Amino acid sequence: MATILEDSKFNPDQKLKVVGTNPVKHDGPDKVTGRAKFGADMYLPGMLFGKILRSPHAHAILKSIDTSAAEALPGVNAVATRDDFPELQAGTPGGDLSRNIMAREKVLYDGHPVAAVAATSESIARRALKLIKVEYEILPHVIDPVEAMQPGAPILHSHLRTKGVEGAQDTPTNVVERLVCEMGDVEKGFAAADFIVEGEYDSKPMHQSYIEPQGCVASASQDGQIELYCCTQGIHVFRDRIGEILKIDSAKIRVSQSEMGGGFGGKTSPYAEPVAAVLSRKSARPVKIVLTRNEVFRCTGPVSATKSKIKMGCTKDGKITAAQADLVFQTGAFTGSMFFNGPWAMFTRYALDNIHTVACEVVSNRPKVNAFRAPCVPQIVFGVEALVSEMANKVGMDQIDFRLKNAAKEGDTTVFGQTFERIGFVETLEAAKQTDHYKSKLPEGWGRGVSTGFWFNRDGDTTGSLTITPGGSVTIMVGTSDVAGSRISLSMMAAEELGVPVEKVRAILSDTAMMGNNRVTAGSRTTYSAGMVIVDSARQAIAEMCRRAAEIWGVPVEGVEFVDGAVHPSSSNVGEFEPMSIAEIAAKTSVSHGAISGHTEMNVTGAGPGFGVHLVDCEVDRGTGRVDIKRYTVIEDAGKAIHPLQVEGQYQGGAIQGVGWALNEEYIYGEDGRLQNPGFLDYRIPVASDVPMVDTVIVEVPNPRHPYGLRGVGEVPVTPTLGAVGNAIGDAIGIRPTSLPMSPPKILKLLKDAGLNTN
Amino acid sequence: MTGLRYEAPENLNAAMALLGGAEGSARVMAGGTDLIIQIDNEMIEPDLLVDIKNIKEMRSIDQVDGGYRVGAAVTGMELMEHEGFCATWPGVIEGVSLIGSIQVKGRATVGGNVCNSSPAADSPPPLIAAGATATIVGPNGSRDIPVEDIAVGPGKTSLAKGEIVVAFNFAKRPAHSGEAYQRFTPRTEMDIAVVGVGVNLTLDGDGTCIAARVCLGAVAATALLVDEAAATLIGTKVDEAALDNLAKAASAACRPIDDKRGTIEFRTDVAGVLARRVALVALERARKN
Repeated sequence: MATILEDSKFNPDQKLKVVGTNPVKHDGPDKVTGRAKFGADMYLPGMLFGKILRSPHAHAILKSIDTSAAEALPGVNAVATRDDFPELQAGTPGGDLSRNIMAREKVLYDGHPVAAVAATSESIARRALKLIKVEYEILPHVIDPVEAMQPGAPILHSHLRTKGVEGAQDTPTNVVERLVCEMGDVEKGFAAADFIVEGEYDSKPMHQSYIEPQGCVASASQDGQIELYCCTQGIHVFRDRIGEILKIDSAKIRVSQSEMGGGFGGKTSPYAEPVAAVLSRKSARPVKIVLTRNEVFRCTGPVSATKSKIKMGCTKDGKITAAQADLVFQTGAFTGSMFFNGPWAMFTRYALDNIHTVACEVVSNRPKVNAFRAPCVPQIVFGVEALVSEMANKVGMDQIDFRLKNAAKEGDTTVFGQTFERIGFVETLEAAKQTDHYKSKLPEGWGRGVSTGFWFNRDGDTTGSLTITPGGSVTIMVGTSDVAGSRISLSMMAAEELGVPVEKVRAILSDTAMMGNNRVTAGSRTTYSAGMVIVDSARQAIAEMCRRAAEIWGVPVEGVEFVDGAVHPSSSNVGEFEPMSIAEIAAKTSVSHGAISGHTEMNVTGAGPGFGVHLVDCEVDRGTGRVDIKRYTVIEDAGKAIHPLQVEGQYQGGAIQGVGWALNEEYIYGEDGRLQNPGFLDYRIPVASDVPMVDTVIVEVPNPRHPYGLRGVGEVPVTPTLGAVGNAIGDAIGIRPTSLPMSPPKILKLLKDAGLNTN
Repeated sequence: MTGLRYEAPENLNAAMALLGGAEGSARVMAGGTDLIIQIDNEMIEPDLLVDIKNIKEMRSIDQVDGGYRVGAAVTGMELMEHEGFCATWPGVIEGVSLIGSIQVKGRATVGGNVCNSSPAADSPPPLIAAGATATIVGPNGSRDIPVEDIAVGPGKTSLAKGEIVVAFNFAKRPAHSGEAYQRFTPRTEMDIAVVGVGVNLTLDGDGTCIAARVCLGAVAATALLVDEAAATLIGTKVDEAALDNLAKAASAACRPIDDKRGTIEFRTDVAGVLARRVALVALERARKN
């Protein structure tokens, strides 16, 4: 439908009453008192407990599965294997997803599901798993992405040929795609450079480490309908993908969302949910599956491991003339890393004329990667920002001045073809320069790192509605998920539009049947996009209230206007009427035309790119190689912070997740291809005492395409972190680390090799 | 599996009878902070759990002959709140304070930490450096053994079937004595020692070291009492040269493995660095006593 907002632009003169304040989240009290229901909190009468049997091998042919003993165990109601899933063609999106959820011809990583059981208790289900006999023919495996690219490496998929390579390919490969991104002429660019810097960098997979493991309950009816309650970043995507792999009409699947105990991109695709649906169909009982932390690590998406070789050049007055990179992204056992984000975003903070990058996506015997805040970007920026800092040092310029000299601005064209509208990178760099942190003298022995980050920010299909209650309160509903407080931000925008206190607005999250399609809540799109549809819905409701008032007063609709939560005659010429509040109009709906509401579906466009600068001070223990983060400041353009505390939380959370990735987090594999650290004891995310209070500066350069000017803020805060911590360590010890994580053994080795270690 | 039997006897004899009469596998449970995780992870499937937390004599901290007797089922937090013990044995407390979070230490006990026999456990190195002994009661009566004789390998103890560690005994402190414990972990807390070092030393009136014990954790299959490291301090003023020798001896004693928690090279290097740092803290404390 035509929407009111289509021609709407940011209005710089608007006076805001609600937007920009920090009200208590309406969903907050339930979370802090334990009432909120997460994925594992749903119970249905007669519910069974599902458990999944997983491969202990990294790579093996699945020769046979004998489930007879498990089926015979009292208390077991259903056992599912590959035979219960429709066979979809390998190498298609559905075929890949189906095979990731339940192995078919082969198991491709430690933790790959091979069978599942539904039983009357968890312990019976566990016992039943032990009774399933699986015959494997073990194959050689490959973990490292560069090794996986070599001739003779174990091949995961016999059908796989490399996309983006010309000519016939007779033999299978592990390289999914080769992507070249270029602009200008790098040869010429390097020829014009006075300084050329280059380096090789690598990163390990890190896990999103959401605190809530995936949990779901599926309930299949006898006539083939499925209700699914789960923790998801995209109800519609879950519905459609589950329908696709189980060959069920999507009208017969209804997905409801639980509260989200963290997602960060990791809950954008299904894992156990289709298995629960199959078990429910077989047992004719509701089936619940809650993953253990071990399962979360072994089979849900970590991020891509990467190798990058980067070269950059600049003139002696500090202008970057060329940038070149060879990148390898490990995607796990199946494609889907979104690796293109890496080459597209890696240099985009800087206005460059000459770029040439080659990026390859490679499969190996690890769990399929999944999205994580700015997928495939931070680990590449880690190397880029090392070189940018090195160039600044060579030129003899201040780190921020060097970046300012090269900063992207409105009108600059990017390597992925977009020409920037109004962006706030220059303002963000200038704000960073003005921080107490940057102006402070660095204590003896510490190091300081600067790094910058960029994210496109996403938008796309979004639906929402708004209803005025008879008492004059407001209910809003969206088909997106709330991963980080979007309900309060959306309520605030509705309150601002309608001129009511935010306490009068309640937001709920729909299920798939209540609302039209939404893209997943990812890519920093939701507060932006759902904000657009809610503002639009509010304006529809306002227009309707104006029509009702005009009718009641017997005046033309042009003669009424909506100001501060009430309808007024637009001038005394219209007549003398007392303004009517929302509550007064709503009280009359039963005698006028029924409830007042607004409803919008939109393919939202115009997400404004986001930019950030991180400043890090650290101290390095020269006897142990341990890095202590002493001070951290995030400066980032939010366009407009709807709820500044939430924006600050995004900045701080991004920085802290990045610090963990920078210093300790990694997937460690044994020679046998098994994950050695599938738990929070040996997979080390930071604890509270590992990080200082992260200071934040919210820069606001409004996005001209949004009524309140906002830009997404979820991804940018991770992108500079690895580079910033790396640069800080480099400044402290005089050697810039090139391998992630920058863990104590690696840093101590760097110090020892340079003779810099002490007691 | 026929189900797990849980018993919480109120005296030692009843506990011994349960353990002695058990069919299948029986486990003693103190805080349960390791045991329950092992059961949950299906690493062990015991038939009987004997919870010893209701046994009074295992829950008390008593002064005996100028020293201390600490019941094996005393929780970490109880010990950390005992002013007299904390003042006398700060290094032991440093080890105990690192056994998990405050919540975990509200359950976890020193006895459990020792008998779980993790090479990386934080209380054994300072207990061993302190020269603590353990009172063990079993079907054949009671005996006292040095703490270093309890663990024989990861997850394995020298205790015979039916034996329970009842208490730890700490002798009276000589004058000018000090001890300390530190560990290295990548994180600041909620982590497992990659290397742990306990040092206990006694000075004479002139500040010369007359006795020392050095114990290393997480660098071998059990905590190591390293006489060679102690010898580098005895007879010295614990000066720079002695500390260098201590670091070398500590590194030389390491028999670590390469694993997810650290490399051989890293553990060996850090053992030396840490031994020196811990000795300096112990020295400082000894000078004040």
